[in-house]
Amino acid sequence: MSLTLSAGAMASVEAAERRYPRPQAALLPILQIIQTELGYIPVEAEIWAAERLGLPPVRVREVMSFYTLLRRRKPGRHIVQVCRNLSCTLNGAEDLLSRLAEKWGVRPGETSADGRFSLLTVECLGNCPEAPCLQVDDADYGKVTAQALDEILTGLD
Amino acid sequence: MTDRVLSDAYPEGGFWHLEAYLKSGGYEAARKALSGMKPEAVVDEVKRASLRGRGGAGFPAGVKWSFVPRTTDKPVYVCVNADEGEPGTAKDRAILTHNPHAVLEGLLIIAFAVGAHDAYIYIRGEYEALARRLEGAIGEAEKKGFLGARVLGLDFRLDVAVHRGAGAYICGEETALLESIEGRRGEPRLKPPFPALVGLFQAPTVINNVETVACVPLIIRHGADWFVKQGLPRDGGTRVFTVSGAVVRPGLYELPLGTTLRELIFVHAGGLRPGRTLKAVIPGGLSAPLLRADEVDLPLDFDSLAKSGSMLGSAAVIVLDDTASMLTVLNVIARFYAHESCGQCTPCRLGTAWIRKAVTRLVEGLGEARDLDEIVRVAEAIKGRTLCPLGDAAALPTIALVTKFRGELEAALHG
Repeated sequence: MSLTLSAGAMASVEAAERRYPRPQAALLPILQIIQTELGYIPVEAEIWAAERLGLPPVRVREVMSFYTLLRRRKPGRHIVQVCRNLSCTLNGAEDLLSRLAEKWGVRPGETSADGRFSLLTVECLGNCPEAPCLQVDDADYGKVTAQALDEILTGLD
Repeated sequence: MTDRVLSDAYPEGGFWHLEAYLKSGGYEAARKALSGMKPEAVVDEVKRASLRGRGGAGFPAGVKWSFVPRTTDKPVYVCVNADEGEPGTAKDRAILTHNPHAVLEGLLIIAFAVGAHDAYIYIRGEYEALARRLEGAIGEAEKKGFLGARVLGLDFRLDVAVHRGAGAYICGEETALLESIEGRRGEPRLKPPFPALVGLFQAPTVINNVETVACVPLIIRHGADWFVKQGLPRDGGTRVFTVSGAVVRPGLYELPLGTTLRELIFVHAGGLRPGRTLKAVIPGGLSAPLLRADEVDLPLDFDSLAKSGSMLGSAAVIVLDDTASMLTVLNVIARFYAHESCGQCTPCRLGTAWIRKAVTRLVEGLGEARDLDEIVRVAEAIKGRTLCPLGDAAALPTIALVTKFRGELEAALHG
């Protein structure tokens, strides 16, 4: 199965394979490198990773279906993860969530029609004193108010 | 002079850089251990210091290390657990952000003590920005010879790699973490054998939490007696408490073990917001059974909390005031464990889903009083019947909440 990765990504894949005494341990890092490159992990990439590591493809699918951060579908240009665990819920997380859902006309797990944002819920981002908190791509935001939320999102393409 | 895991890391900006860490005496403890102590002496010192596992279980770290065989034809591994996922907990994030070299130095000392030359830091996928900073710190340490082929110019090699998780609470359980590093679903293993004998890649492995690891240089630097004095005889040192919820000053507070829960909430975290009263406290992360307002006069250490029927766990204190709806709290608990159960053990897989269903009925106004009995009955059926602690972590807070706040939950039925 063919998959074309950039030279940089290929170098990262090879480095990951060297990092462990058993190459199969490089599966998670390889899937993460692919996702960073493509934004998601298409089925061809699953098969490519399986062939590369000498695994049956089902072993890759087992892993894909277990970990919530591994995506099988292309997401929006930005991923907004709203924490809804206890500290955030006590501090207004559900309001932030419904505000975004209404604004984009989506349910959690879906992408806005213009392809800009995917809205996700997440169970605890480990930023509880800053509740309510969320992550936009890799950036953390805390003590998020409705107004702050609008400002964060306006700055994104 | 650094005497704290976290608090000392704040004053000057940029403490996370190697240069700042060295200025405060960084890596001197590692030098002391590697060039002047026998591995067994390091283990003994940490045992005497009563350093207990800060991931939540409270197992004595030195004792854990002493289970690693002294002679083995297999490699020995050390894994640092940075999968911080216990809801309410933000301490490892803070330690890794502000004081990553303390973690690397602690890791180096542990590796020396157990004879390991390869280590993995397992960090949750949501901490990607932090993972990159950590890789930067590892690069700095390698460049200056604190990690790598000849650590401190001595005949000791230690290679450290960062392994990113991908979104699974269960991977904070130590054997699930090993499965995840090996490239599989994070399903906990049956114990025994314990990881100290059969761990990563079937080889002897030590797994310690970030905060535990960061305490190790302090013990070697100041001695076990000093460390015990920072806390309690059976529970040495400080803890980094994460306080969140309905307090005036949510935040991270590094305090001696044995500080009372009341002092933490009402003095350090500034008490409740004006006009509010205390309703309940979750003292050790979402998995810890909650305490009522009249139960907060107790010292925060592993044994005292266990005696109270709860646990110190990850020292994440979530404060609920009189505005908190216990049905909402129950809903968050039920949703979380149903989502995070790995599915391996039937009582946990089915039980958490049943509880969630029943709680959803209550939330939608379709519940009956017997649903409350059913929730407790199912939780009791999970308790003690699973491979890993997640089953109890789902069951115990559920039982405590429904039992202690039954009146409010019943009133909500007719609400």
